[in-house]
Amino acid sequence: MEDLCTLQPVGPTACIDEREQSIITTGRSKTSIACTNDSLAGAVSQRACVFCGARVVLNPITDAVHLVHGPIGCATYTWDIRGSLSSGSEMYRNSFSTDMKERDVIFGGEKKLAACIDEIVEKYHPPAIFVYATCVTGMIGDDIIAVSKEASNRHGIDVIPVESSGFISGNKIIGYRAAAEALIRLIRPKEGETIVPTQKLNLLGEYNLGGETWLIERYLTEIGVEINVAFTGDSTVAKLKKAPGACLNLVQCTGSMHWVARKLEQTFGTPYIDVNFFGAANTAESLRKIARFYGDEEMERRTEALIVREMARIRPEIEWYRKKLTGKRAAIYVGGAYKALAIIQQFRRLGMDIVMTGTQTGKKEDYENISHLLEPGTIIIDDANPAELEKFLIEKQVDVMAGGIKERVLAYKLGIGFVDHNHDRKECLAGFEGAVTFSREVYITTCSPVWKYLKAPDKEV
Amino acid sequence: MAKLSQINTVKQVNENQCQSCMPLGGVVAFKGIENTMVLVHGSQGCSTYMRLMNVEHYNEPVDIASSALNEKQTIHGGEANLKKALDNVSRVYAPKVIGVLTTCLAETMGEDMDRILRDYRKERVTSGIDIIQVPTPSYGGSHTEGFWAATKAIIAYYARPTEEHKQINIIIPHISPADIREIKRIFDLFGLTYTLLPDYSMTLDRPYGGRYQKIPPGGTQTQDIARMSGARATIQFGLTCPDNLSPGLLLNQEYGVPLYNLPLPIGLQNMDRLVETLEKLSGRSLPDVIRQERGWLLDGMADSHKFNADGRPIVYGEPELVYAFSSICVENGAAPVVIASGTRNSLLMGLLGTLLADVDEHPVVLEETDFAAIDDAGVLTGANIAIGHSGGKFLTERRGIPLVRVGFPIHDRTGGQRVLSAGYTGTLAFLDRFTNALLETKYESYRELRKEEMGIKEGV
Repeated sequence: MEDLCTLQPVGPTACIDEREQSIITTGRSKTSIACTNDSLAGAVSQRACVFCGARVVLNPITDAVHLVHGPIGCATYTWDIRGSLSSGSEMYRNSFSTDMKERDVIFGGEKKLAACIDEIVEKYHPPAIFVYATCVTGMIGDDIIAVSKEASNRHGIDVIPVESSGFISGNKIIGYRAAAEALIRLIRPKEGETIVPTQKLNLLGEYNLGGETWLIERYLTEIGVEINVAFTGDSTVAKLKKAPGACLNLVQCTGSMHWVARKLEQTFGTPYIDVNFFGAANTAESLRKIARFYGDEEMERRTEALIVREMARIRPEIEWYRKKLTGKRAAIYVGGAYKALAIIQQFRRLGMDIVMTGTQTGKKEDYENISHLLEPGTIIIDDANPAELEKFLIEKQVDVMAGGIKERVLAYKLGIGFVDHNHDRKECLAGFEGAVTFSREVYITTCSPVWKYLKAPDKEV
Repeated sequence: MAKLSQINTVKQVNENQCQSCMPLGGVVAFKGIENTMVLVHGSQGCSTYMRLMNVEHYNEPVDIASSALNEKQTIHGGEANLKKALDNVSRVYAPKVIGVLTTCLAETMGEDMDRILRDYRKERVTSGIDIIQVPTPSYGGSHTEGFWAATKAIIAYYARPTEEHKQINIIIPHISPADIREIKRIFDLFGLTYTLLPDYSMTLDRPYGGRYQKIPPGGTQTQDIARMSGARATIQFGLTCPDNLSPGLLLNQEYGVPLYNLPLPIGLQNMDRLVETLEKLSGRSLPDVIRQERGWLLDGMADSHKFNADGRPIVYGEPELVYAFSSICVENGAAPVVIASGTRNSLLMGLLGTLLADVDEHPVVLEETDFAAIDDAGVLTGANIAIGHSGGKFLTERRGIPLVRVGFPIHDRTGGQRVLSAGYTGTLAFLDRFTNALLETKYESYRELRKEEMGIKEGV
């Protein structure tokens, strides 16, 4: 904190007074971090909106149609936005919009929404349509719940409203909640329907980026557990409807899925445990937790065997990277806290020093967990903006940053390496092999030959 | 008017969008003004989405502030947030200009922008920052209209009656920084001095080096914009720009600056038109360097004309680019079979009529369309190559149609900011990319195809 406002003698300052409470230095700051607030006007937050939060959670449901009720932009910007892979339908990679025009805003968009649903059903016969509210439709009061209900009755499929008007909050977490409510609406059994209980588990908050769900499934199969359905990576409407049949819910992305897990526990009595498949140690610990839950000795034995084998397999590679990366200085700025925690541990494993960490949507307890992991003197930022990131990337002499696309271009401009850990990445970073891939990602950017040329003194032209 | 066969797009739903929204175009235009920051009045998401799309295309940090309206302010008015946002942007970025763009939300709320900003200026007399406001609700048009609207608003803000001078105004549509630099080089070679608006050739494609600046150096200087009213002529590459959004028309009607409204200098004849105009304005004949470049283009056209004759292109995107790239295709014997834009623009239709007067086969023309319709039309017409932005990636993924990437956004390849298509040199560079895309497909498949056609089995 104390050095926060002493940036650059000339030119603009990175510091906005009202942001001071959202930036702390571990071991030095007396107060806890201010977080979970709406973004400050004019602060150039890296956050998106409620609608974005809802769409990233639901979009990986592969055979559903995702229909954005609003003017064109909201659909354009979220078309095929995630790197989630599908083993079947590619429907989710399309982006449908009611494309509201001025006249629709004036006269109301309900009729157009109904007509769009009818057209989609006629053309594709999807098992479900998610109808997303946007700022405008929320503002003019289009009743998407009623339109969806009527359409659902008319066509005999699930038409599920998602109450995701962007202006409700700049915090994606609120959008996660809107998506969670839509998911619960989808999986609640219809009257007279019964779901057969099984020994399978659900994997919540796993989006199959780079096939990560498939990799975790391979581990689980080996120890003798079957995945019922993942929320929502490579899921289908039919599979999700069987969710109540699981005997356990695993929660990975806590920000998006804790609420769902609690709701499933209340409604169907299914217990849940937190897991984290990013990093070898986390993966091992998560597998052990699962085996312990089943209380099956044979399963625990298989789990240990798997862990020993995989750890032995990846250790030499990780060690090679560790030698190259020890002492390098790393920064992290990501969406959710569970991801930040996992990346901190992985950087550590590679012998690196973490000098800055931040998230878009972390909560107080998340930041406490993060603080405990970090050395004194580390900067922690909630809801950072480019000016703050720039300031600390320079001051802390960062060698490599992990984050999303908007952070990547800034890092490169500052001559700093970068690791993509965002929702549209193509690499599998989970599990034991993901730990190796992550190490490689860090290595190829931190130790790239290009920095040598970029950092050489400017040539006179 | 040629007989253009059209697919009837009476459907309501838009499936896979061909256009972005209005404020996005406004952002790009403002990024072309020296020392300018952009503020979007609406919910937080809009600014972040627009940053993301620009970042992926330009590979540059593109900072866009938001007034970050929440539910309460949406009901009670966003004035306090907007003012606070202006304060914070001024503090952190110290800009000379702030472009304020509205969103669907602000417009639907009925924010009285003129009044709010008038009050703000009174309250902060000393700030000395120019605040330029443009209404850009997404439901009002695409990013194309947003770009023109912002460019016009910028001129309207600065232009005053001024003494006549020798400079030329250049007004560009949404093209790549590389194309802007090429256009400037051509004017320089004719010895003309000019003000190009909006000039984001450096701000959205900054060379590495030096101390990082939050607002990149470069951009059209505001004092030069103020003098555009006294220029001897305006050259606007805006054949498809509607009159009500036309910056060049504003300068013409308000200040009597003669307007040469030309097609983009992409394609032989389009570039010839620019050259003729520049010869007239400069009193100089074609510089040798450009004459040579024209010769190389002609040479290249001859070299590849037979390959190009196999091309059945889909051309889509912003109207001005669609017209320009359709022209290249027609000139090279690869007349488009589908011409499409996400923007509604009846001016394009009229222009295409003339352009396509002599082609053997009339294309399907789609306006205000989506990629579902473009895909249908491509199948219907047997298209085998596409020209446009990354939105067309499914044409390749799902139909095996190669895509020559031009326009905005290019988010699944690198170097969107460096794609050069303007001038004789850029035209040839594009033509080579186009021809090679055709050849790549041909060489990958012609042996197998011929075997299939002839029913030749392995070993027989």
